[in-house]
Amino acid sequence: MPNNLSRRSIMAGIFAGACAVLAGPRVAMALTDAQASDLITRLVNEINGVINSGVSEPAMYRRFEEIFDEYADVEIIARSALGVAGRSASAAQMRAFIEAFRGYIARKYGKRFREFIGGRLEVKATRQVKSFHEVRTTAYLKGEAPFEVTFLVSDKSGRNLFFNMYIEGVNMLAAERTEIGAMLDMRGGNLDRLIEDLKTAG
Amino acid sequence: MSSASSSGPTRIRKIGAIVALTVLSACAAPQGQGINDPYEAHNREVHEINKDIDRTVLRPVSRGYGSTVPAPVRGGVSRFSANLDLPGMVVNDLLQFRAEDAIVNSARFLLNSTVGLAGLFDPASDIGLYERETDFGETLHVWGVGEGAYVELPFLGPSTERDMVGKVVDVALNPTRLLFSDELRAAGTVASVADVANERYEYSETIDSVLYESADSYAQGRLLYLQNRRFELQGEAKPTYSDPYEDPYAQ
Repeated sequence: MPNNLSRRSIMAGIFAGACAVLAGPRVAMALTDAQASDLITRLVNEINGVINSGVSEPAMYRRFEEIFDEYADVEIIARSALGVAGRSASAAQMRAFIEAFRGYIARKYGKRFREFIGGRLEVKATRQVKSFHEVRTTAYLKGEAPFEVTFLVSDKSGRNLFFNMYIEGVNMLAAERTEIGAMLDMRGGNLDRLIEDLKTAG
Repeated sequence: MSSASSSGPTRIRKIGAIVALTVLSACAAPQGQGINDPYEAHNREVHEINKDIDRTVLRPVSRGYGSTVPAPVRGGVSRFSANLDLPGMVVNDLLQFRAEDAIVNSARFLLNSTVGLAGLFDPASDIGLYERETDFGETLHVWGVGEGAYVELPFLGPSTERDMVGKVVDVALNPTRLLFSDELRAAGTVASVADVANERYEYSETIDSVLYESADSYAQGRLLYLQNRRFELQGEAKPTYSDPYEDPYAQ
């Protein structure tokens, strides 16, 4: 029931999409708040450019998919979302799953971007945690109290990419693992059917 | 700002309340990352009923409200409603010994009630006095009461045992009931219902996606609520992150 999902958790849902593409390469190397802030500001402008470009929705989703690919480690997000079910998957199945997941996540979160119009993010602090970096930002949206969005950025893939984000505590990896796990259950644990359906889901 | 210390009898009552509530929540598991949902079967039944209510009542009503009443008017009604919640938040700020939050929420209430024309407008936010959202569930948390089991409440949706107790106390504790006239309270009640419809309308796509497009909307709603609620309550504590590069199966 929605009305007890607080305003902020609803915003979290919206921003789960909108912010997915905001942390980019080199954030981990961003030694100053100013550099990271500048990077994110440019990315917000880029996203708003797509939203306001007037192109068709499918074209928008394709563009968001590209942005997602450029800034997020979709492969590790996909593997984490599949979780232990991935242990018994063949290499070919895993590749197919990751490819299907790529489109699914871009479509799913791309739909939310229009709700982001007028928003702005400011980098507050960056610190190293274990082997990755935490970039804490504050999101300002018209008519809303400011709220926190945190990105986790790693170079373990060979590039600096974000692999998770927390919007007011709601984290994308956990949300997607719940969703993918439920989808798999609904298909009796059949990974091939999940992959097939994921190609049009989101 | 006034201090949170209270006079003798009040204090004893307060301590009595703490003890009672602590006992009440004694079964509560310590707050962690996990999900404590022993009533899942029943919760899922309530969830289906809530979805039916949404489909048949809330969503259609919110569409009617959203499409007939202009956005600035809906915004004003919602701000008016939110403004009346502030005195109750100040009480909770004091019970939590959070003087700064109490000052900010009080100043916000005074400014928006006057310059903001009874809360219809929000000049406080323009000068950075944002709402420091809180409730008695948080007060219980500050007092050391555990989260308890997850529960989905009829009409109200996701909650926990602790937050459920908190909601009841917030209604009883709300100074709005004592401070304001019957007319203002009635207007506040109408406005709070309108605010629910307004939120349902403003965030309709996102809410629809959780309720009707998730493979398991119950599990998704539970996760969203628990993660967000724990985040709200953690304060400045550093979150613990899992590292999927070390363990792709970790949560």
